[in-house]
Amino acid sequence: MKKNVKLKIAAVSIYFLFLIISFIFGYNSGREIAFNLISFLLYMLKILPCAFILIGLFEVWVKKEVIEKHLGKESGIRGYLWVILIAGTIAGGLLVAFPVAYSLYNKGAKLSIIFTYIGAAAICRIPMTLYEASFMGVKFTAIRLLVSLPLVIITSKLLGEYLTKRNYKIAEGR
Amino acid sequence: MYYTYAITGLILLISFIINKEKTIKAIKIATVKFKKIFPTFITMLIFVSIILFLFPDELISNYLGNNRKYISVLLASFFGSITLMPGFVAFPLCGLLLSKGIPYMVLSAFTTTLMMVGIITFPIEKEYFGVKVTVIRNVISFFIALIVAVITGIFFGEIFQ
Repeated sequence: MKKNVKLKIAAVSIYFLFLIISFIFGYNSGREIAFNLISFLLYMLKILPCAFILIGLFEVWVKKEVIEKHLGKESGIRGYLWVILIAGTIAGGLLVAFPVAYSLYNKGAKLSIIFTYIGAAAICRIPMTLYEASFMGVKFTAIRLLVSLPLVIITSKLLGEYLTKRNYKIAEGR
Repeated sequence: MYYTYAITGLILLISFIINKEKTIKAIKIATVKFKKIFPTFITMLIFVSIILFLFPDELISNYLGNNRKYISVLLASFFGSITLMPGFVAFPLCGLLLSKGIPYMVLSAFTTTLMMVGIITFPIEKEYFGVKVTVIRNVISFFIALIVAVITGIFFGEIFQ
């Protein structure tokens, strides 16, 4: 493990050194990479800190029983509808969906609901869907949603049941 | 950017007024969680910056524009899987490609894999759900995207031409 960390630090240092040298000597490829890094970093800084604060608030305010009841083992179709609704209104795509899904799981949501959440967060966020339709047309967006959403639900259900049978547990303390 | 911060700030303020201790605890939880995943985010950012350099928009446009649309669908789903683009970048690009005559099914494969399959986000997903589940979810998502592309092709009359 220690050796691994050292290697990582070395690789990251080389990367940044390369970027700095590229700037000094005007090497264009290196500058482009730096530009990509900065623009994506800014994009993530727009959402990530907020997302984590909201996750923190969710963890202290929302009672475990509430999540267990609506998204847990006993929840039926309504659980899926709930989670799709939640996913549809939360911004940020997959990157935000992972920690949110993780918190939902720790509050007692079942696995198939978690995977549905991740899938839905990827494909049917409401603002993004409207934006998509404005560029691609309503027909395109409608087909995409109507085909992918049922497939997401079905595969999540199957995957969730398969993993539950195998006693799969998500790692703790993330 | 400002309105996500404004809304979060407002919610935080309301929470603080209702219960000071709980709110401080929430911020502590947020900080701890963020710190734990932060190094992985940096790793991911480094990969993103290199991948976007190796596969810029122009290159993707060129490859998707060839005449063999089935190959284009596969290429599109490959590009969509390995790159990471926020929606406000991806959809204008797709709108542009559409106006250049690239079939709907190709763009459908591209956008759906872009949204659902994350090879670049793999390190982060793995931190939360483990390698096995991450691989399974991404493989399933890839096939869902292909199915979506085929059905899009059928509805837009592109598939049997």
